[in-house]
Amino acid sequence: MTTVKQRVGGFLSQLPLFLGLVLLWALLWGKFSWLNLVTGVAFAAVVSIVFYLPAVQLSGRVNLWRSAWLFGKLIFDIVRASIDVSWLALGPTYRPSNAIVAVHLRTRSDLILTWTAVATSIVPGSIVVDVERIDSTLYLHVINMRSTAQTDRFRDRVLATERRIVLAFGSAEDVERVGRVRAEEDDAGLDQTTGPHSPVDPQKPVDPQNGAQA
Amino acid sequence: MSALWSDVVTAVLVLLAALMCLAAGVGLLRFPDVLTRLHSATKPQILGLMAVTLDIAVTNFSVGTLTLVVAIVLFQALTAPMAAHLVARAAYVTDHLRPDLLILDELRDVRG
Repeated sequence: MTTVKQRVGGFLSQLPLFLGLVLLWALLWGKFSWLNLVTGVAFAAVVSIVFYLPAVQLSGRVNLWRSAWLFGKLIFDIVRASIDVSWLALGPTYRPSNAIVAVHLRTRSDLILTWTAVATSIVPGSIVVDVERIDSTLYLHVINMRSTAQTDRFRDRVLATERRIVLAFGSAEDVERVGRVRAEEDDAGLDQTTGPHSPVDPQKPVDPQNGAQA
Repeated sequence: MSALWSDVVTAVLVLLAALMCLAAGVGLLRFPDVLTRLHSATKPQILGLMAVTLDIAVTNFSVGTLTLVVAIVLFQALTAPMAAHLVARAAYVTDHLRPDLLILDELRDVRG
């Protein structure tokens, strides 16, 4: 039996998402009015009851400056990478060479994992092929990769995206985890790719003919 | 003067969007396999869409269009990666890929 207190707590934790639905309703109508507010609340209630999904665990922490930085950098990345991919398609000297890279994220939050997956794959040049939820691993297909140095740099970029997302709206625990991993790597004098979370041994050369590690 | 200025903005943004769509179309033909084609089929249009909607928001500025533009871009940005992911996953699982084009496949090590 759930007590009244638990139910109220459960409702309050979902309140931001509920308000998001109301806001979306107002956005679609293009204006804010009392009628929109009332019908929005009604539709949000219907949607959350009829299309019931497991509760999302929000971290309860938002840093506005970090969020602004995250979205600014994301838009910059989208513009730059769109031009890169367009040039690949239109340029005269295209020669295909891709990679499927595993990136072991440091977060253990489903929400941050999802955000990182979306933020990574919205940037042209990388697509999420598979996700391993147990150990927060993303498998990404990356276009135009020609060396292990490039795949390592790409892995760094994804981890940096994760870091920005965690700093913007991750839980305090995730912030601490991201900070700790970085400190360990700094202590050991290693960069992120050769840290304990890297699945690839950087000493092993990649054989381009077999498309696998030699 | 301001009409000319708004025409220039429109021309630049719409041409940019058109160029992105052209690149997507060409990439679809030129790229060799499903996974590579997905890159050109799903992604450059995000920038194209952003350019077109930005142009609409700038030239017909009102709160209504601005909020609608934000909603369009947000949901396109959230759903396009999902579609790409589903197709990519299906392609990978059913072996519709060219291993000779991959310099590294860390998913194969896991999937066997």
